[in-house]
Amino acid sequence: METLQFLMDGFAVALAPQNLMFALFGAFIGTLIGALPGLGPANGVAILIPLAFTLGLPPETAMILLTSVYAGAMYGGRISSILLNIPGDEPAMMTCLDGYPMARNGKAAEALAMSAIASFAGSLIGTIGLILLAPALARFALTFGPAEYFALFMLAFATLGGITGKNPMKTVLAATIGIMISTVGIDIATGTQRYTFGVLKLYEGIDFILAIVGLFAISELLFFIEERAGAGRKIIKVGKLTLKPKEVLAALPTMFRGGVLGFIAGVLPGAGASLGSFISYTLEKQYLGKKGHFGEGDPRGVAAPEAGNNGASSGALVPMLTLGVPGSGTTAVLLAMLISLNVTPGPLMFTQNADIVWGVIAALLIGNVILLFLNIPLVGFFVKLLSVPPMYLLPMVTMVAFVGIYSISHSAFDLYFMIAFGVAGYVLRKLEIPMVPIILGLLLGPEMEKNLGHALVLSDGEWSTLWATPLALGLWIVAGLGLTLPYIIGPLLRRRMQAAIKESPVSD
Amino acid sequence: MLIKRCLSFAAALAVTTSAMAWQPTGKVECIAPSDPGGGWDFTCRSAGNTLKELGLVSGTVQTTNMAGAGGGVAYAHTISKRSEDDKLLVAASTATTTRLAQQQFPGMDAGMVTWVGALGADYGVIAVGKDSQYQDLKQLLSALKKDPRSVKFSGGSARGGWDHLKVLITAKADGVDKLPSIPYLSYNNGGEALTQVVGGQVDAFTGDISEVTGFLESGDIRILAVLSEERLPGKFSDIPTAREQGVDALGPNWRGFYMPKGASDEAKAYWTDAIDTLYASDNWKAVMKQNGLIPFHPPAGQFENFVTQQVSDIEQLSREIGLLK
Repeated sequence: METLQFLMDGFAVALAPQNLMFALFGAFIGTLIGALPGLGPANGVAILIPLAFTLGLPPETAMILLTSVYAGAMYGGRISSILLNIPGDEPAMMTCLDGYPMARNGKAAEALAMSAIASFAGSLIGTIGLILLAPALARFALTFGPAEYFALFMLAFATLGGITGKNPMKTVLAATIGIMISTVGIDIATGTQRYTFGVLKLYEGIDFILAIVGLFAISELLFFIEERAGAGRKIIKVGKLTLKPKEVLAALPTMFRGGVLGFIAGVLPGAGASLGSFISYTLEKQYLGKKGHFGEGDPRGVAAPEAGNNGASSGALVPMLTLGVPGSGTTAVLLAMLISLNVTPGPLMFTQNADIVWGVIAALLIGNVILLFLNIPLVGFFVKLLSVPPMYLLPMVTMVAFVGIYSISHSAFDLYFMIAFGVAGYVLRKLEIPMVPIILGLLLGPEMEKNLGHALVLSDGEWSTLWATPLALGLWIVAGLGLTLPYIIGPLLRRRMQAAIKESPVSD
Repeated sequence: MLIKRCLSFAAALAVTTSAMAWQPTGKVECIAPSDPGGGWDFTCRSAGNTLKELGLVSGTVQTTNMAGAGGGVAYAHTISKRSEDDKLLVAASTATTTRLAQQQFPGMDAGMVTWVGALGADYGVIAVGKDSQYQDLKQLLSALKKDPRSVKFSGGSARGGWDHLKVLITAKADGVDKLPSIPYLSYNNGGEALTQVVGGQVDAFTGDISEVTGFLESGDIRILAVLSEERLPGKFSDIPTAREQGVDALGPNWRGFYMPKGASDEAKAYWTDAIDTLYASDNWKAVMKQNGLIPFHPPAGQFENFVTQQVSDIEQLSREIGLLK
């Protein structure tokens, strides 16, 4: 019952007035970001990072803010799926399938409420899973040596493209770009400088926060300017809510199954929330068979994917917190933030930074309650915000990004760098090269190199040490499967998903 | 003897009177060559506050963060753009002298700035996991003497960085040869390095006392030696020093300031004096206690020599392990 004690301490952290306020703010902004088509959770968190630095937030508050944004974005994505048939972010695309038909049948309010309850259920299941699984996994992770970590990073890279990845070559290319950027600066294994060309500013390498804000936030601004500046969207009418408790009860088993499946998909590295919602939807459809009318506005068709993607978003936090290996793009961004806050992610975080870990977990639980209330009575407000022309939002986001990055280092050089990353991100996205593998390469590349070096030092240069233990060998096998499976079942899954809905440019 | 003392008294008086002649007016700037939150940032902010509390500055002390190249960006900035600024202090530590010694600030050396004074230190430690076979420092070092590859160390600095150097300083003091063969695994910070020691993948940890406090309380590690002259105060008083185990190794990671070389003599004298006053004050003692800083303060006039000596020691050691050609 040690876990319960920690969780209680976590609530003490999360319920502190300042933290509670930022959780509320994060949940609100997150829902808004999720609701705006094109802006996903990764962008949302990236946009809010500079704000955390501008306000000089302490680590636990900063993390609570960002995880609330993360959870909020997972909720918000469904709003535009249901009302506009445009997924707010990739994980929400499965919600279009039954959500939009429901809205067309005049049941928009019901679809929104049902999906909000499903999101809540999924998140709750995912967070409980996180509470049960993470401390045990953290203790286990303590037995990981450099060889096991190296195999684990190989696994993360192998599954990077994931089953939903479009073009494996482009994923590999993106990851390589990330790893290349990460080699700039001092090589800690030898103490020598690489690719710094005598420029002092480059000696410590390129700050990945700069890369993240540039690639996600600034490139998003450029896209906004190109595509969406100008008028807002037409205001969509949401009728009066007539959802009966019986209907919600009927969908509860669906939500439970969706949440559990989503959580499992989230824990697996590389899979992420999109897969969680996809699996939940398809399995639910098969499970119910003729009993449902999926695709024509079945409430369970809204509940399943929403429970799935919210369960997955909590699940993805498990490998990030316990092993320091992110399971998805957004958790990669959160990982970068943790490192910037001088917190070492990994097994010992659960004992050394218990206030942060458990504060964040408790904030997830509180945030979900907040989000449920934000998303049922206040959903009309978000619907109105959807119609605010982006030209009013753009300057605010830009300002926060610039002030925040400047406040980290007080260096105009960093701002130029961020803009360069933004332009590069814009070009790469035009070429349909995914952003997430770049960030993962940037974050995991040096770690992988370091662990390879360490494993070889420990074994006196004997390469076989890399697969000497059963654990390492097991990770290699899973990595091998992760690399080959997409070629076998990937095209199949992808065709189905593509048929379901067109993918959005930024993945989760 | 008496004459000498009289002379030094007169000199001290002269310093004091000249200090009286020059007083910083308006804003004083303290550059922390790191992002907010690190050790240098702490040095600037806490010393700045205390200077103001003691009335040693009339205005405020503004902390500017100037990260980059492990302090190199701020060092270059001080030399090239602020070389005659009377109201500029820059936070420094052993990390600064290490990089200077290893020529990691291209074209710059320790003589290009004026070293003002130190305000305390964090001392180096050598620690092992709680189940380790090594009970004291001598056991560990004799294992290293037999086979330099037998004990694997992890630390939070790059190869050749201060954490690595502390292992080499200790081993060298006990006559271990083949220093470059001692395996050292570098991690991004002390926490990551400790994870490996606690998990049992690595034999020993090298770092600073402040990094191990939490692990010491939880009983996960055993500190074999602290690299200080005497035992540390308070809760650390049970930890033996390397010296009392017969190994003459010291590893103070001091915190202090340098200022531009071209500043006026009056200003330099004023700041040296101000740092002395600050260090002796009760306000600063409270800050040190609260933040785990341990007394370290070479007397006025000797700090510059201390820095020069540390730089040349590190330079020699770096040559021995082949980091410098």
